[in-house]
Amino acid sequence: MIQVLTGNHSAAYAALLSDVEVVSAYPITPQTQIVEKIAEFVETGKLKAKYVRVESEHSAMAVCVGASSAGARTFTATSSHGLLHMSEMVYWASAARLPIVMPVVCRTLGPPWNIWNEHTDMLLLRDFGWIQFFAESNQEVLDTIIQAYRIAEDERVLIPVMVGLDAFTLSHTSEPVDVPEIESVRKFLPPRTNAPYVFDPSNPFTFGNLAYPSHHMEIKYMHHKAVEDARKVILEVDDEWNKIFCRKYGFLDKFMCEDAKVIILTIGSSAGDAKEAAKVLRKAGIAAGVLRIRVINPFPSKELSNILSNVEAVAVVDRNLSPGNGGILLEKIKSSLYSSKYRPFIKGYLAGLGGRDITVKDYIKIFEKTLEAYKKGETEWFNLNLEMTGS
Amino acid sequence: MNIKDLNKEEYILPGNSSCPGCPASLGLRLLTKAVGDNAILVIPASCMTVIQGAYPHTSIKLPTLNIAFAASAAAASGLSAAFEIKGKSHSIVVYAGDGGTADIGLQALSGAAERNENITYVCYDNEAYQNTGIQRSSSTPYGAWTTTTVKGKLEQKKDVPKIVASHNVPYVATASIAYPIDFIEKVRKALKIGGFKYIHLHAPCPTGWRFPAEKTIEVGRLAVLTGAWILYEIEKGVLQLTGPSKNLLERSARKPIQEYLKLQGRFQNLTDEMINKINEDIEEKWNEIKLTIKLKENL
Repeated sequence: MIQVLTGNHSAAYAALLSDVEVVSAYPITPQTQIVEKIAEFVETGKLKAKYVRVESEHSAMAVCVGASSAGARTFTATSSHGLLHMSEMVYWASAARLPIVMPVVCRTLGPPWNIWNEHTDMLLLRDFGWIQFFAESNQEVLDTIIQAYRIAEDERVLIPVMVGLDAFTLSHTSEPVDVPEIESVRKFLPPRTNAPYVFDPSNPFTFGNLAYPSHHMEIKYMHHKAVEDARKVILEVDDEWNKIFCRKYGFLDKFMCEDAKVIILTIGSSAGDAKEAAKVLRKAGIAAGVLRIRVINPFPSKELSNILSNVEAVAVVDRNLSPGNGGILLEKIKSSLYSSKYRPFIKGYLAGLGGRDITVKDYIKIFEKTLEAYKKGETEWFNLNLEMTGS
Repeated sequence: MNIKDLNKEEYILPGNSSCPGCPASLGLRLLTKAVGDNAILVIPASCMTVIQGAYPHTSIKLPTLNIAFAASAAAASGLSAAFEIKGKSHSIVVYAGDGGTADIGLQALSGAAERNENITYVCYDNEAYQNTGIQRSSSTPYGAWTTTTVKGKLEQKKDVPKIVASHNVPYVATASIAYPIDFIEKVRKALKIGGFKYIHLHAPCPTGWRFPAEKTIEVGRLAVLTGAWILYEIEKGVLQLTGPSKNLLERSARKPIQEYLKLQGRFQNLTDEMINKINEDIEEKWNEIKLTIKLKENL
């Protein structure tokens, strides 16, 4: 059924449709509406779940770790400072291989205080061993959260999943969203099984005790491999979702990329404006395209280098900042292309920090500046008089 | 209850890596005997993390969730929530040190107490960060030497049972590893009560307090008999003294504090003035308890 939903309510409906059993959360703008809506679902009996109203995000994720260790399907949501406050437990959750799912409403970190959109919060935790998605639309938020439980609970994976949605542009903006029937979602996502281990006094075991250097590396390798192996599962789950619900996403959202000579590469909802800009350039005869990265971890390096192998110039738009290093996406994309035979010209843009708008006009400018820089090359002949050369 | 009525089953296996005379492993041995098979333990970073032993071995026969320092009360809440929704009934028991309880874990503890989570939280109080090498915690008593209070701690010990009691939870108690029957009876009582239960277990540590390993029980007894550690329980808000503390309301009934202090290297540099202060603080605590009991009697 089509409903008009904000991104936050799309996330809450996804939790409802996923039959989550334990929810634990702490309020933070702009995430709060997710957990408010879920509280309403629980209190009106729509969702049969235990709702633990904790005193901090650190405790929210600790509750999820405890509940997930006992075999419950577990949900929390957070944003920005909340994500950083819970970060110790975020790492614990993935290292303990618990299939928790958590939408993150991507918001700027202070100081100065700022509640608007930026991706630094979630990208800082890229190395925390979670699977990370970034959504472009509210429909994608809902679909990805349900898919996330299938991926996380798959025995080949057992890795928690974060789903990023942009503060306000998605979280508080209403869009028509196709909300599937719960029966069909239940067929797609059956209840979590107890495999391979959940706490049970009749079969005692210890979780998370000391491991000496003699075992530690192998445990970490298994974590790393599980994130790698998730690639296959992400695609399988997406295919199955497509068969039932007729929507498919993949790792990369390719917009007019097939014959593109210049591409904007970015993440999140702002890709929509980049796509509008590409259309404008196409009308002017410039082969422009947009490549939106949907899955940040595991990073689609191979798929990316295949697509970029026919492209002349790439603009990487980072709505995040690692002070002293620059854009996190730019670094990752450059290192992804290192082993490729062909490496296109790449220019990085830091834009939209702290919720500053990146308009369609801005994206047109970014396309143009990138082409201009590409034509000039790395070395510019300064004050060169081309007329004198006869060319 | 008699010591002979104790559960014969051992849940803490020998050959673990506790120090000689360790009160934490003794406390857990007694606790698990009282709790029995149908329980899950939650253990934050603490001496018990090490005492358990390393993967692929463990010295604890009960299912155990090791968890980050600040997180034990919240993680236990999660286990409790999951089992409730799944219709299973297991005892969820936290066994945390004083650092993980009085300091870094206090917020999560307060949260779980306020929500009246159905868990039993036992703090084994060895009065410092013994596992990281004897640094002061807020539970270290006044005057005690630690590696971060080399001239003796200047502040008083934080009264965590009092803090937890102010959350109006159904059961709060203090206990000592030197009085096992008193401790076990309290654990058994707690397990029968729904909601949040808190037991603060005094645990004299030979390594950190600087006394010979064979004197753990003796030091524990003297803490109680001098009145420095008071055994009581607060059930539905009503405080009752238990064990030897029942007969120590009057100062004259208590042994001189020096008998407790002189056995411990951590108190070797106390001045007479400091000992006077320790005595005054103890007296103040007993007066507070007297007042509480009197108020109850007048009701």
